[in-house]
Amino acid sequence: MTFWHILLGRLTWDSLVFVEAWRNPTISEIIGGLAGGVAVLGAALLFGLITILGRWRYLWTVWLTSLDHKKIGIMYMVFAVIMLCRALIEAVLMRTQQAIAINNPGLVAPDHFAQLFSTHGTIMVFFVGMPLLTGLMNFVMPLQIGSRDVAFPYMNSISLWLTVGGGIMMMASLVVGKFSTGGWSGYPPYTELAFNGGVGPDYWIWAVSLSSLGAMMTGINFAVTVYKFRSPGMRWMRLPLFTWTTLCTAILMIFAMPPLTVATLLLAADRYLGMHFFTNDLGGNVMNFVNLFWLFGHPEVYILILPAFGVYSEVVSAFSSKELYGYTSLVIATMVIAILSFTVWLHHFFTMGQSAGVNSFFGIATMLIGIPTGVKIYDWIWTMFWGEVRFSTSMLFSIAFMITFVIGGMTGIILATPPLDYLVHNTLFLVAHFHNMLIPGTLYGVIAGYYYWFPKAFGFRLSEKWGRIAFVCWVPGFYLAFMPLYVMGASGVARRTQELFDPALRPWVIAAEIGALLLLAGLASLFIQLYVSIRQRHTTRVPVGDPWDARGLEWSMSAPPPEYNFAVIPQVSRRDPFHWQKINNGAYKPADHYRDIEVPKNSMCGVLIGLGMTACFTGLVWHMWWLAVCGFTFSLGTAIARSFMRDVRRTIPAAEVEAQHRRWLETTAAALPIPRHLEMTPENEGLAKWQG
Amino acid sequence: MARLTTEPELRHAGLNLADDPREVREQVESDVFGFWVFLMSDAVMFALLFAVYGTMRHATAGGPGPEQEFKFHSAFWETALLLTSSFAYGMVSLSMKHARGQLWLALWLGITFCLGAGFLKMEIHDFLTMFHDGATPERSGYLSSFFVLVGMHGFHVLSGLTWILLMGVQLAVFGPDDRVKVNLIRLGLFWHFLDLIWVVIFSVVYLEGLSL
Amino acid sequence: MRRDFITYCFGYLAALSLTGIAFACVFYRLLPPVQTFALVLVLALIQVIVHMRCFLHISLKRSARADLQLILFSAMIILLMVGGTLVVLFNLSARMM
Repeated sequence: MTFWHILLGRLTWDSLVFVEAWRNPTISEIIGGLAGGVAVLGAALLFGLITILGRWRYLWTVWLTSLDHKKIGIMYMVFAVIMLCRALIEAVLMRTQQAIAINNPGLVAPDHFAQLFSTHGTIMVFFVGMPLLTGLMNFVMPLQIGSRDVAFPYMNSISLWLTVGGGIMMMASLVVGKFSTGGWSGYPPYTELAFNGGVGPDYWIWAVSLSSLGAMMTGINFAVTVYKFRSPGMRWMRLPLFTWTTLCTAILMIFAMPPLTVATLLLAADRYLGMHFFTNDLGGNVMNFVNLFWLFGHPEVYILILPAFGVYSEVVSAFSSKELYGYTSLVIATMVIAILSFTVWLHHFFTMGQSAGVNSFFGIATMLIGIPTGVKIYDWIWTMFWGEVRFSTSMLFSIAFMITFVIGGMTGIILATPPLDYLVHNTLFLVAHFHNMLIPGTLYGVIAGYYYWFPKAFGFRLSEKWGRIAFVCWVPGFYLAFMPLYVMGASGVARRTQELFDPALRPWVIAAEIGALLLLAGLASLFIQLYVSIRQRHTTRVPVGDPWDARGLEWSMSAPPPEYNFAVIPQVSRRDPFHWQKINNGAYKPADHYRDIEVPKNSMCGVLIGLGMTACFTGLVWHMWWLAVCGFTFSLGTAIARSFMRDVRRTIPAAEVEAQHRRWLETTAAALPIPRHLEMTPENEGLAKWQG
Repeated sequence: MARLTTEPELRHAGLNLADDPREVREQVESDVFGFWVFLMSDAVMFALLFAVYGTMRHATAGGPGPEQEFKFHSAFWETALLLTSSFAYGMVSLSMKHARGQLWLALWLGITFCLGAGFLKMEIHDFLTMFHDGATPERSGYLSSFFVLVGMHGFHVLSGLTWILLMGVQLAVFGPDDRVKVNLIRLGLFWHFLDLIWVVIFSVVYLEGLSL
Repeated sequence: MRRDFITYCFGYLAALSLTGIAFACVFYRLLPPVQTFALVLVLALIQVIVHMRCFLHISLKRSARADLQLILFSAMIILLMVGGTLVVLFNLSARMM
């Protein structure tokens, strides 16, 4: 045991991708080195830029240490978009590999290819899908229920920074060491010590653990917020649909994260302490892992999709200028989906060898989920029926979702039938199916919600033109990228294949490659949209805050909303409260009297705890035990120190609240009420004209 | 921050604070409810560890099993210690509720701590004896699952003990102010919950293993 | 004051005696193994309810509904997960024998 060994654990020069690329300059290694370079340069550039602009203080005091749910939500989304860029580029690289590698080794070596699909899956699920939706829920849900914040603002910040810590570990794995080659599900025994002694599976275990810890806290936070922080009169059956889906998602997070924690913990016990949970010898049982993983994995799918269902419900109703059709049935369908999602996990491993009876039980349970989902689709269609439908970007994505999602649902029924599943298990058919669910189900939903709530968050609208261009990339791009995968999967091509051997597949893989590039163009056009929209923000401002003539409480304050959300907590007397306020001339009125408002002070404890845990887990990955102990002690110490602080709130005086509110009311009085057909014009300042 | 509820009555159970002023109750309500939710999440984790234990019950791989390794008497006394500590914490809650003075509070908290520490000491002693017999977690899947399940409970007890110490310090620094009270309520839920998990452990693990 | 104290005492004594019966059954081998285990499980279930009632103060009162709902829902999820795991894994191992 030398000093260096204790200090650095398993870390050596060879762990750096650049050293590897220098020693062995194959294309595959050079790509790895370049990716590492981009990660390092990107981080350096970011830090440099912030330093040069002198924005550290601003960033630290206004954003990073903020406990405001709106800012935390926005930070969640920014983080997720950075991760999305990486994971989407990886997807394009994989498609390129398959397009080239027909009877030919192609660009990336098998081991490298395996890292690509493992990181792509892990990032997309844990560091893109979940943070994007968590961000949206964080921003919107408290506004919708008439609350000033979430139940536990400080814990909210911890959740964010734990998740970001996991993302930092994922990024670090680009530069030092190699990530797991075991896929996003990390099945043992392949990920056991006996077959995979390196740092890869450890990176996977600990990055995912950080994310799942963060998600569990988020779940608790949101559930308690919806339960206890609704404004007076906001009864259960008056909640907006997005809040309902947030509640159901929170419940899923609370109960589905523990199985994942158990699975990764036991795998870690095998790898670090030599135990025998999932090993091939001495009584280990791999099937336990598979079972535990999917006990988490299936509810996880609904964690990723339910909030998007909520977004569609809001968007379709707002852009049809109609009350949501079948509110009660949508609520019941959401709850039924949430509960059924706990009863179907076995359909992920029909082929593991259990009896036909067990398989058919779970097959039937799976098909049952089609019923509430179908109810939802019909409700959205009926909401549009005879409505004043405007085909805004949000609405286009919603309609594309409905059509595409139904196709995915039908292939889902195929996969839910055990005998058919035996034929296409582990083929590209499955890959096509779940992308068919998650791209429309999560990504389109997030884009629709982003476009819809962006004016509320930042006070100006996004460019409609670039939104449409993005739509033209995302939707055909999806079809082009994944329909060929159905064909290839049905003809038996296995998933996660680095090289193909049948020249007849060439047209399909090339089509898929073009589709992947189109999806990348879709992401690029979202960035351009953001840039263009910021440039022309002076013509798209909506200070009054209601650009779409929408119905929920979140539209009843200025855009961007004040820190405390509501100058006066609203009284709710029926569903779609803001809509009825507008009709009954109850909106945009000064209050009789204003009160002092208490808001949480900023706190750096969340950042410190998140970074401490990241250090701890990084130490575990590299066997730097001192770092693990220090990181953990640091986090625990911070948490304890915080528990001794009593002065954690700050008061905004009533006079200031009143002044702000009155200033906003003056803006409102000066604004021109806009009928719906002028919605996209510069005249729209966020005040809707009511057409009775 | 305004705590808003649709119904005026107290909606958390946990500990009955009916005699307290209304503001305290409202503040306590969501804090305690959040902790309940956490406990339920934790309960799911324990439930799955039990399930894994159940599936690995016969995976002894020729190594030592429960009949050689479990000690009836220590299981019994550990149970008695933990049960009594739960009762002692009940007295902490009563002292808090009826404001019987900080001394009583500290006294019962101290008793709870000692009983919990005694439990942990016995458990560690048991584990060491098992290690000495060659029944280590590396020996078989069965022993892995046993040590992780019971060890996880032990780890929770250790966290609980740390928390009790911390609350003792806070009690000395701040006296029983609102934050301290809320945290004492949460700690109480945690402590009773650990006792509850132990009831399942001694029934499903120890008594099942010894009844053969 | 008095009533709360009595609740705790009752809970403590009930828990002690339930534990005592369970341990005694095993110690004196009053029943064959399978029946003993079944009895131990039933006693554990009763004891869990006693703890919930006397120590954690969960009741059927309307004022405590949110917590009761939460606990019942969790119990259902736990039942699903544990029951499902046992059925699936035992089914698998039976087919591998």
